[in-house]
Amino acid sequence: MLPRKAPIQMSPFEYAPAPESRAVVDLQSSYGLFINGEFVDGGGNAFKSISPATEEVLAEVSEATDADVDAAVKAARTAYTRVWSKMSGADRGKYLYRIARILQERAREFAVLETLDNGKPIKESRDVDIPLAAAHFFYNAGWADKLEFASLPGGANPQPHGVVGQVIPWNFPMLMLAWKIAPALATGNTVVLKPAETTPLTALLFAEVCQQADLPPGVVNIVTGAGPTGQAIVDHPGIDKLAFTGSTGVGKMIARAIAGTRKKATLELGGKAANIVFDDAPIDQAVEGIVNGIFFNQGHVCCAGSRLLVQESIAEEVERRLKRRLGTLRVGDPLDKNTDVGAINSKAQLDRIIALTDAGESEGAERWDNGCALPDKGFWFRPTVFTGVTQTHRIAQEEIFGPVLSVLTFRTPQEAVAKANNTPYGLSAGIWTEKGSRILWMADQLKAGVVWANTFNQFDPTSPFGGYKESGYGREGGRHGLEPYVKGTH
Amino acid sequence: MSTTTETPSRTAIDATARARDLLGVSRLTNQALTTWLHGLPGVDQVGCEARAAGLGTRSIKTTSKQWAIDLAISMIDLTTLEGADTHGRVRGLAAKALVPDPSDLSTPRPAAVCVYGDMVATAKQALGDSDVKVAAVATAFPSGRASMAIKLADTKDAVKAGADEIDMVIDRGAFLSGDYLTVFNQIAEVTKACDRGDGTRARLKVIMETGELVTYDNVRRASWLSMLAGGDFIKTSTGKIQPAATLPVTLIMLEAVRDWRDLTGEMVGVKPAGGIKTSKDAIKFLVTVSEIAGEDWLTNQWFRFGASSLLNDLLLQRQRMTTGAYSGANYIADDSPSTAY
Repeated sequence: MLPRKAPIQMSPFEYAPAPESRAVVDLQSSYGLFINGEFVDGGGNAFKSISPATEEVLAEVSEATDADVDAAVKAARTAYTRVWSKMSGADRGKYLYRIARILQERAREFAVLETLDNGKPIKESRDVDIPLAAAHFFYNAGWADKLEFASLPGGANPQPHGVVGQVIPWNFPMLMLAWKIAPALATGNTVVLKPAETTPLTALLFAEVCQQADLPPGVVNIVTGAGPTGQAIVDHPGIDKLAFTGSTGVGKMIARAIAGTRKKATLELGGKAANIVFDDAPIDQAVEGIVNGIFFNQGHVCCAGSRLLVQESIAEEVERRLKRRLGTLRVGDPLDKNTDVGAINSKAQLDRIIALTDAGESEGAERWDNGCALPDKGFWFRPTVFTGVTQTHRIAQEEIFGPVLSVLTFRTPQEAVAKANNTPYGLSAGIWTEKGSRILWMADQLKAGVVWANTFNQFDPTSPFGGYKESGYGREGGRHGLEPYVKGTH
Repeated sequence: MSTTTETPSRTAIDATARARDLLGVSRLTNQALTTWLHGLPGVDQVGCEARAAGLGTRSIKTTSKQWAIDLAISMIDLTTLEGADTHGRVRGLAAKALVPDPSDLSTPRPAAVCVYGDMVATAKQALGDSDVKVAAVATAFPSGRASMAIKLADTKDAVKAGADEIDMVIDRGAFLSGDYLTVFNQIAEVTKACDRGDGTRARLKVIMETGELVTYDNVRRASWLSMLAGGDFIKTSTGKIQPAATLPVTLIMLEAVRDWRDLTGEMVGVKPAGGIKTSKDAIKFLVTVSEIAGEDWLTNQWFRFGASSLLNDLLLQRQRMTTGAYSGANYIADDSPSTAY
């Protein structure tokens, strides 16, 4: 109804720098592995963890070899057999509550460290990642002594697998750790966890929290390293169950590696979510939802709304409002409290984003970015929108995992569903309409594990999360998130 | 930064003719207005409140904060609207507006003082030929429950007494019963009553009393209706009803004036009034103005705060930023401590 074009406005209300202090973080120059309740040196070559915003070296981190992983699995097995499997659910719950409280008490420290190591804006690590991580521990702590009422396989006596190997990604380092460790411990398993090689520091700080909470040695073991360390966990015969969050490619390798073994796995993989906007949508909030869907965490989100499907009748209007909104996004120093979009996590990821966006341009889609200034050092990418995208373009098919939105249009609800489902992935989807019946119909048709209505990227420990198709299997969060950690399931 | 900018002296437009044109109808009926207003995109309450909360987390420091505090002071309509108002109290308020902080004469002046119609002459006299405007509430403020003749007489009386600005209330009963045409006509008529007869007119602020409209959809519709009928400003509240000026409601109104300019090329001002007491709150509103409507609204020509106690908190913060230390309420001159808001 408002077809008129208006120039994009940039705000002159220049906010003075408002940096969060780094003083709260006590960075060590080097970190070891956390095995059997103690920090030990790894046998491999130490590697550096850098701040992607400045390329500053933050610390040296040990690389765990096969022997180190073996030691970690053995420690976890011993802790399982002698202590954790014999402990009552109520007592396990006490440890989890204690960890949750310590995470809250040290929230600022975790948030600053996460932002330093990952490059995400402090307002996200402060308001989303760390509070949610603590919430997952609180939530699962509550289940620990009530598992017989959780309708789990095993009924009144659900049985843990034993030792769980967990490999987590770099996009939400601390939150993914919480998603993995909290339900595993609540159900009575012990864990060996490997954080991503570019973001190991909050996991190592979490190891300190385990010590602070007097968690029995060996219940949680943290081994750092890259692909080979992960492979060593996957292949280790002492591992009973695997939980992995990361790329679909690695997920497939894991599935192949454990085929024919007794190991179970939960895989939470990639996505190419459709964010579907109908012509009766609350348009200003839909624009916010589009922004939150793809520019939250620099688009490094497996469930990111990377494909905008907008009804053709309002496509121009939505595009105009979206571009105006992107003009106010603040890109820069992740430690500044007013930063909306931070740094790309690594050079490798930046290269991948550049390659895919170049492909989008050469395949004929129209490229636009908000033109903001970028810092000289570090890894950065402007919030970018591609219009005129079709299903056959690579940028509509492949997961970019960056601040890049592909805009497609549709004419009818049926077409929206067909296009949304026309992807090998099926992790999440969004629906924007004021018509309640259409939300229910669409949610029923969409092949996605999570469907958001008139919102996007909302997470809660009580809500199960997971994918269809190549986005993986198994659920995390909620009562459903306990199931993969007891015998009789994946 | 100048304290006040030039008041536009355009004469009342023919709101009905323009409305017919914008709506594409030959006759302006309630049905036509209903179709138009109900065709505006809806507002998702959760999303709107989340956006406002997000803007509220902006961290405004040092030079930005200094700038924002001075801007906020210059945007205040310093208000007293009480049955117990006296001429002495109004003169005190005017003195405060002229010299907000006697310890620092570089302090900007508020945009206006806002009083009942019978106090306009007193305020006008006290303010002399300064750049501080006099705003008068009219049209049977705050309830608006009077005949149209009374409302128009109330308005003309205040204009005649020298009011630079008129703050009218809409008929919320008519609005809530779906009688949009009545609301439209009343605003349009009051707009005409703001004419001074010399080719200039008082600027009209339309108080929607959002606390009585309750839903954001209603706030959006009332905003568009008020702009269509010729209001120069849309204003949240009388200050007599809770909730008054909330950030999400103001956000919806800022979206409305932004989109109205896209449609017509004309700017309309926004005035949240009531409940904004602290500098911290005021800065959140300025952030919202900046990020939703844009820089053009960051002037007291297009954005005002209806407030009384807010000024003293801004002065306290301003002193703190100048001297580096907090003084205290006893170091802020206060002629007219108010309980109105």
